[in-house]
Amino acid sequence: MLSFVLRRAFTLVATLMAASVVIFFTLEVLPGDPAAFMLGLNVAPEALAALREQLGLDAPVLLRFWQWVTGMLQGDFGISYTYRVPVAGLIADRLLVSLPLAIYALALAVLVGIPVGVLAAIKRNGPVDTAAMGLAQIGIALPNFWFAMLLVLLFSVTLRWFSSGGFPGWDDPGAAIAALTLPAVALALPQAAILARVMRSSLLDTLDEDYVRTARAKGLSRRQALWHHALRNALIPVLTIMGLQFSFLLAGGIIIENVFYLPGLGRLAFQAITARDLIVVRSVVMILVFAVVLVTFLVDLGYAAIDPRLRRGRT
Amino acid sequence: MSHAIKNSRKRRLTPSLVAGAGLSGAFVIMALLSLVWTPFDVTQLSVGSRLLPPGGEHWLGTDHFGRDMFSMILVGARTSIAVALIAVGMGMVIGVPLGLLAAARSGSVLDDIVMRGNDLVFAFPALIIAILITAVFGPGAVNAIIAIGIFNIPVFARLTRGAALSIWQREFIMAARLAGKGRVLISLEHILPNITNMLIVQGTIQFSLGILAEAGLAYVGLGAQPPLPSWGRMLAEAQTMIALAPHVALVPGLAIVFAVLGLNLFGDGLRDLFDPRLRGARA
Repeated sequence: MLSFVLRRAFTLVATLMAASVVIFFTLEVLPGDPAAFMLGLNVAPEALAALREQLGLDAPVLLRFWQWVTGMLQGDFGISYTYRVPVAGLIADRLLVSLPLAIYALALAVLVGIPVGVLAAIKRNGPVDTAAMGLAQIGIALPNFWFAMLLVLLFSVTLRWFSSGGFPGWDDPGAAIAALTLPAVALALPQAAILARVMRSSLLDTLDEDYVRTARAKGLSRRQALWHHALRNALIPVLTIMGLQFSFLLAGGIIIENVFYLPGLGRLAFQAITARDLIVVRSVVMILVFAVVLVTFLVDLGYAAIDPRLRRGRT
Repeated sequence: MSHAIKNSRKRRLTPSLVAGAGLSGAFVIMALLSLVWTPFDVTQLSVGSRLLPPGGEHWLGTDHFGRDMFSMILVGARTSIAVALIAVGMGMVIGVPLGLLAAARSGSVLDDIVMRGNDLVFAFPALIIAILITAVFGPGAVNAIIAIGIFNIPVFARLTRGAALSIWQREFIMAARLAGKGRVLISLEHILPNITNMLIVQGTIQFSLGILAEAGLAYVGLGAQPPLPSWGRMLAEAQTMIALAPHVALVPGLAIVFAVLGLNLFGDGLRDLFDPRLRGARA
């Protein structure tokens, strides 16, 4: 198990290093000078040079890359060109919106998707199964931002149960959670549909396995065989999907944040692109990539803990 | 896989295949139609007929600039198809050969490089790639294509490698190797034809995901730019109008749902058709 963890950890670090190179040098080819952009058109060359020096833009590329990476390792992401405050603080503030939103949405998706998938598998080919899978098919086809707009139309504009956007901050946790509810529902629905489908097909596969038949032959009831033998094994592929979904929810939240005017990472990234605040752009992208890679790593470890066979496999 | 098809020649025209083909077909016809005819010019603004409800002269109503919604839906279908199709094509054209190569040289350094490269690209969700590309080149439909296309490369590389590896174990491949055929020739003549069905099915699914992704990117302003109509941007513009005239948000949204639903059903139906053993197994 230890060697598996080490091997995975090595992949994690290598992927992050490669990603940091890709991110930094992609943004490095960008035409235009952030310092010139900040100061506007009519600027004295001396002022420009001074600002470039202050921002560290006159250093060689490789040195700046090195400073960026080593800085990040110490929690220093640099100073935002536009906000003039440390990027780490900006990102931390925004993560307090984006991260709870992703967790909230995943929780909703699991609470709805897993039971529906199990139910559909148990009632295979019956009316419940057909209805559930039909709804799942539609759920997958729904663009979440459009569903979000419909939710706003119904619950904010017509019924006035929720506010249609904005975020009051965590001082009042109740209000904060209420503000995240519609966005989380909008994000969760398509994911719940995917989970229901994966859960159903995975459970159907395991129900056909010999060990489930053996358990039934031993005298276990259908229900006992399902709970004690089939479900546990059927959850393995579901866990993979959940890992992917969490990354997707964190990144995909960007679009939903736009619908609800939530001050999350996505809004930060868009404003930074418009303002050509590259330090913010690359830091947000790096944080999101880090989240994706970390979740993949944790899911792999979770797997290996559940299923010893997977510890030996290469991928 | 090909044995199974031969053994059950009876074609399965499942309801999902028929419904999926119908919806996807309608979607393609709309796009093609927009090349030669739209009821109104989509660039024609008309303040006098703003936010008209569906019916009468404007079948699906008009938007806040008085543009005909039906005409915009037709042209939007073209944008969606163009972006998603080219992006999926790009993913296939690059991903499939990489996957074949990795499988043919399984366990080699080359295989390792391809797979680790996959891991790296997988770490970047499509939206993040789009943000990076937009930061460099500015927003536009072409950048949306590139972002969705890059995202699709590892999807196809992984799928191809996995499927190809299992075919490399088969006896007829052994026979071909004994006959002196090289790895490249075997990959092209024996492996590729045996995984084509699976690639078509996955291609359909990725196409539908591409349409969703295009709509999402256009919605946040990273995709098609005005005046090119796109379903995602129509929704972005509808957002502030939704309480006033719900149809401006309902029409493009439903267009996306039907197109994606159609392609997904079509993909499911194709899968059943190609390999009846997998009936209902897709996740």
